[in-house]
Amino acid sequence: MSAPLTGKPRIKIPTAVKPGDVIEIRTLIDHPMETGYRKDAAGRTVPRDILARFLARANGETVFAADFRNATSANPYLVFFARITGPAEFEFVWTHEDGRSLRATARVAVT
Amino acid sequence: MQAVAAAVSTIDRRALLRAGVWLVAITVAAPAEASSADEVAAAIQELIGDIVPVAGGIALQAPETAENGAVVPLTIAVDSPMTDAQHVRAIHVIATRNPTPGVASYWLGPLSGKAQVTARIRLAEKQTVIVLAALSDGTVRRVTADISVSVGGCLT
Repeated sequence: MSAPLTGKPRIKIPTAVKPGDVIEIRTLIDHPMETGYRKDAAGRTVPRDILARFLARANGETVFAADFRNATSANPYLVFFARITGPAEFEFVWTHEDGRSLRATARVAVT
Repeated sequence: MQAVAAAVSTIDRRALLRAGVWLVAITVAAPAEASSADEVAAAIQELIGDIVPVAGGIALQAPETAENGAVVPLTIAVDSPMTDAQHVRAIHVIATRNPTPGVASYWLGPLSGKAQVTARIRLAEKQTVIVLAALSDGTVRRVTADISVSVGGCLT
């Protein structure tokens, strides 16, 4: 379980907006979100493997966060919003229950 | 289980949390069972404390029938200006008939600009989904949706 997280984050975010705009951000990450309840074809319980938290920051300040529990679907997909007041460096972090994390970044310019 | 509840009612919050851990352990031991009403109530208590939610003020977009319980889309929009003075702090989603009640919590603030979240959730069977929105003024709003499920999503 100590291998790094390898899911490929996908982010959809506008690259240039006007100051004061509220933008829509879509994020998706590949992850099975195994609850530890499911059994495989041989009847063995599939071990629990769950991302616990997602964090979106703009210029270091938290814009949106999520705590995922058992009933969040595999490949967690989120659509949320952010108010843009100036050029923004976005950072997105997904953290596994065991502490491993995966990071992605995006830049939003203001015109 | 009732004995546990009675025992902790006179002890501090920390003891209650420890009891919660035991509840989770018991739930893990019997995964196929849907949550009991007590477990759902305990999950809600842990998220919003003793605040009594007010109905309404949330638009919840969800399918009446989900073909695939493993991927049920939900869009939650809370009526809020999302200013420093008045905003949504958290949106909690609770499943009433899944093996465990927890779906997710979403944390928002003035920087969110708009109190709307879309996510995909798992539902094991036909059930009521509860959405709670905790506002900056300390109040909590509540809305529910009854969702039918063609193929259950938690154990398949």
